Amino acid sequence: MIQQLIEWLADPAHWRGPDGIPTRLLEHLYYCLVAAGFATLVALPAGLFVGHTGRGGTLLVGAGNALRALPTLGLVTFLYLVVGGTQTATLIGLVVLAVPPILAGAYSGVQQVDRRVVDAAVGVGMTRWQRLWQVEVPNAMPLILGGIRNAVLQVVATAAVAAYVGLGGLGRYVLDGIRAVDYPKVLAGALLVALLAILLDVVLSGVQWLVVPAGLRTAGVGDEGRRRPRRSARREVRGETTDTGGGRVDGRAGHGLRKR
Amino acid sequence: MTLDELGRYLSSPSNREQLVEQFGQHVYLSLVPLLLGLLVAVPLGWGAQRLPPVRAVVFGGASVLYTVPSLALFVVIPGIIGTRTLDSVNVVVALTLYTAALLVRSVVGALDAVPGPVTAAATAMGYRPLRRFLTVELPLAVPVLTAGVRVASVSNISLVSVGALIGTGGLGVLFTEGFRTRYLAPILVGIVLTLLLALVVDRALVLARNSLTPWTRLTPGGSR
Repeated sequence: MIQQLIEWLADPAHWRGPDGIPTRLLEHLYYCLVAAGFATLVALPAGLFVGHTGRGGTLLVGAGNALRALPTLGLVTFLYLVVGGTQTATLIGLVVLAVPPILAGAYSGVQQVDRRVVDAAVGVGMTRWQRLWQVEVPNAMPLILGGIRNAVLQVVATAAVAAYVGLGGLGRYVLDGIRAVDYPKVLAGALLVALLAILLDVVLSGVQWLVVPAGLRTAGVGDEGRRRPRRSARREVRGETTDTGGGRVDGRAGHGLRKR
Repeated sequence: MTLDELGRYLSSPSNREQLVEQFGQHVYLSLVPLLLGLLVAVPLGWGAQRLPPVRAVVFGGASVLYTVPSLALFVVIPGIIGTRTLDSVNVVVALTLYTAALLVRSVVGALDAVPGPVTAAATAMGYRPLRRFLTVELPLAVPVLTAGVRVASVSNISLVSVGALIGTGGLGVLFTEGFRTRYLAPILVGIVLTLLLALVVDRALVLARNSLTPWTRLTPGGSR
């Protein structure tokens, strides 16, 4: 089986033309970047606003929860029939699925900034904007980036599923392979999608490490959000809920958010 | 698409029969892995919480596994464990792996959160490690653990639909059928039923948590 897979991947015919690996890979990457980019443009300001003002938090958490349960295949086929046009329909679907994790990350990131730090910022006379940009956003960075990482993983996976309604990308190999009972092709597609997902996640975790302020790292709060979940976990044991709707959203990928 | 169409779809007995059957399949394919994943995650988390090297390996593995897209995992599993390509066992195994990967973190977090004095008191009263784990630490871990199980249940329920692409049952069949026949009614019904199932299971989990943790109701502002 592994030998067949290697043979499939080594065949030069599979590296050329519109169904070649480079083309499919770039297609997949393109859908992901466009969808995640759009979703960030929409969700990041909204999440920061809600986290900063504290207004609309309940609504946001409720909507996010409902969206998490939405089956991706159902959404994709639904949009395909209603909107029409494979690419437009699926890109809308991808954006819809990428919004909740980014929203949740930005919201809970800002909201979980230590109250004393925000009070101190008010105390030294910072305006609202200064507080948001100089205190809340830098402190929320691990969770904001964590949300974006989740969104990207979601989009990589969903774009593969969307090959069912005719979208290009790496999902084509899997679904065309199933139809043609060509298992090496299916495996190659699966392997490439998985590798793309892991690679993007590694790149983004690097970005996450870069943009988290050094002060946050030395304080041990930022990196991986290791302390915060512990604190909130302790509160949960006592019966108080700190659940912000996504389970516990820490800086790590996937955990606490929905799987695609 | 009108309500009319939806009514006509739902009024056909054969459609209703199919709905009930696929809904049952969906429940089975999403909840069995939830239970199996929990059974895998508890001992794994127990080990990871006590031994830092185990923690590193388990967390790393879980992290990578969780990154793999569902469609990819669904089709790779038959190659690894030798099942047939279009078999619902593949979906069960894949979702069990995802559930375990997600819950192992919850288990460790939950055990971390058990107050030290409580375990110390149990030890002082003569509890052996295994009994202490099962009767003291695990019950105290239930609230945090439930948070993880709730996330896993929602994600399982929505993921089972993807299985329709590799030929397994569940509500995903309604999506592929609706797509093939360009018919919106089954797709809409499938989406609504999936959301409904997720909601019902989530409420059930909250109820189960509350009945397992009677002490939380004694603290002011207790559980939801």
